[in-house]
Amino acid sequence: MLRLEGVTKRFGELVAVNDLSLNVAAGSISAIIGPNGAGKSTVFNMVSGIYRPSAGEILFEDARIDGWPAHRIAAAGIARTFQNIRLFSFMAAIDNVLAGEDAHLHARLWDSLLHTPLQRREEKAARERARELLRFVGLEGVAETYARNLPYGSQRRLEIARALASRPKLLLLDEPAAGMNPREKGELADLVAAIRERGITVLLIEHDMGLVMRVSDEITVLDYGEKIAHGTPAEIRNDPRVIAAYLGTAVA
Amino acid sequence: MIYAYFLVAIAVVVVAQRLPDLRAKRGLFLLLGVALLCAPLFDRNDSTFNVLADAGIFVLLALGLNIVVGFAGLLDLGYAAFFAIGAYTYAMMASPQFNLHLPFWLLLFLAAAFAAVFGIILGAPTLRLRGDYLAIVTLGFGEIVPQIFQNLTKYTGGPNGIGALDFPSLFGRSFGQNTIPYYYVVLALIALALFFAYNLRDSRLGRAWMAIREDELAARHMGINTTAVKLAAFALGASFSGLAGVVFAAKLSLVSPDLFQFQVSVLIVSMLVLGGMGNIPGVIVGALVLVLVNNVVLPQANTIAAGAGLHVDFGNYHFFIYGAILVGIMLFRPEGLLPSRQRKEELHHAAA
Repeated sequence: MLRLEGVTKRFGELVAVNDLSLNVAAGSISAIIGPNGAGKSTVFNMVSGIYRPSAGEILFEDARIDGWPAHRIAAAGIARTFQNIRLFSFMAAIDNVLAGEDAHLHARLWDSLLHTPLQRREEKAARERARELLRFVGLEGVAETYARNLPYGSQRRLEIARALASRPKLLLLDEPAAGMNPREKGELADLVAAIRERGITVLLIEHDMGLVMRVSDEITVLDYGEKIAHGTPAEIRNDPRVIAAYLGTAVA
Repeated sequence: MIYAYFLVAIAVVVVAQRLPDLRAKRGLFLLLGVALLCAPLFDRNDSTFNVLADAGIFVLLALGLNIVVGFAGLLDLGYAAFFAIGAYTYAMMASPQFNLHLPFWLLLFLAAAFAAVFGIILGAPTLRLRGDYLAIVTLGFGEIVPQIFQNLTKYTGGPNGIGALDFPSLFGRSFGQNTIPYYYVVLALIALALFFAYNLRDSRLGRAWMAIREDELAARHMGINTTAVKLAAFALGASFSGLAGVVFAAKLSLVSPDLFQFQVSVLIVSMLVLGGMGNIPGVIVGALVLVLVNNVVLPQANTIAAGAGLHVDFGNYHFFIYGAILVGIMLFRPEGLLPSRQRKEELHHAAA
């Protein structure tokens, strides 16, 4: 579904990601892990269109997407959340989700100006879908609350609902468990599994090893911008290079 | 007497803002509209409706700029340029200048379309800019446009402008020197502008504007085409201003470059800041208050001062007065007199 081939990203002298190849299978839950500064977020930023790779190719369903504008990548079916939550703070939760549906709405300028029957029908249906998504992530009670005023864990879930609203085939979750307590992490794991049930492929960056090991089918480990390991949770857990990267070479 | 009109209008808008029920709110606006429609039947004072028509033109301008600055969050300091483009469209196509005498009603559409096109021309190169940088470029645009009208003497009459513009007519009857017909045209255009502004706010486009105002990067990643959405804001905002320009030119029967200087742009931005950026009733109140000060209070102050044997022209101090008002607002009520819930919370959080 998503394929990276020899992707490199340089920022001046710094090589953030070096010759990375990666394959995310459709219907899977995959994780990218690695110490801080390993280049995980840079990978997400290239896939979602913030950065253009310095070299290499990114293919999504066989289309080459590196260099596409972000909104086009989103419309093609890749949605994301952000490490440092980027909700529309002073918009109601439901309006955040509705904004995520934008690429799938058909109302043109005239429809917006005149509130044509098409516009009304579409808004009503969109609102219905948004409510359903809020229910799905467990936020049905706070549809009219400003995103800013929601508790932290709910903001993370709202960001997922907003991303799902763009009807992605691939969902990128950037440290979704950051700042969550153990109970919230458990709920998040269930939510990720339920997202996969909907037929959406999930790729996540996460520091919480318990969560990663529990939900992922495959794990890729990055260190200093390079892939040092790839495999199932069981394989990764016992990989000496991974242990070395995390705990220092002395242990290996 | 003129004060009564302004105070009633402001009071109605303020009360309407506080009403929770949408139907009651609409009813109240409708009532105000009917009262304003009937007013000329009872009040024969032409100068009153002259001032009210001018106030209405500024309400239109404020509603238009509110789309760009209030809804989409794109700070435009050259908005008077589109006002000028609308006014010159009428002046050049309905006057002896080129011996063109196109009808007023057609030119309303044409000017709105021209202004929208220029909105896109200004918008396109500024898409990557935000905040201060965008403000500087739009400010430049606002300076360039009147300058062009001033220097293209052959076409625009240069610094003297174009005079003796055609009087509009409806069903074969000319508006003539009468101010009442202009007053009605302005009322109709405000009704139209309100209809469009509310519809836009509660639509896909309005939501997209809000989203790019809040976080442009996130909006792009949610699939919002930020380029198209921003250009739509520039074009729609400008078209309101184009309409206002046509009425303004026809009513004055004259255009000249000095009518569209930077201070006009500043005045309109001040209306938004004073009233409550992004909130439709708020910007109406802002426009009414500043027109009241400018066109009614200051001239009266002059008369009173002259009566007391003082020779001051308070009109010369209007910038000082806006400045004082804006500083006061920033200190005591930064969200404006009549803010939206959103803006109010935003500023509260910003302060906290």
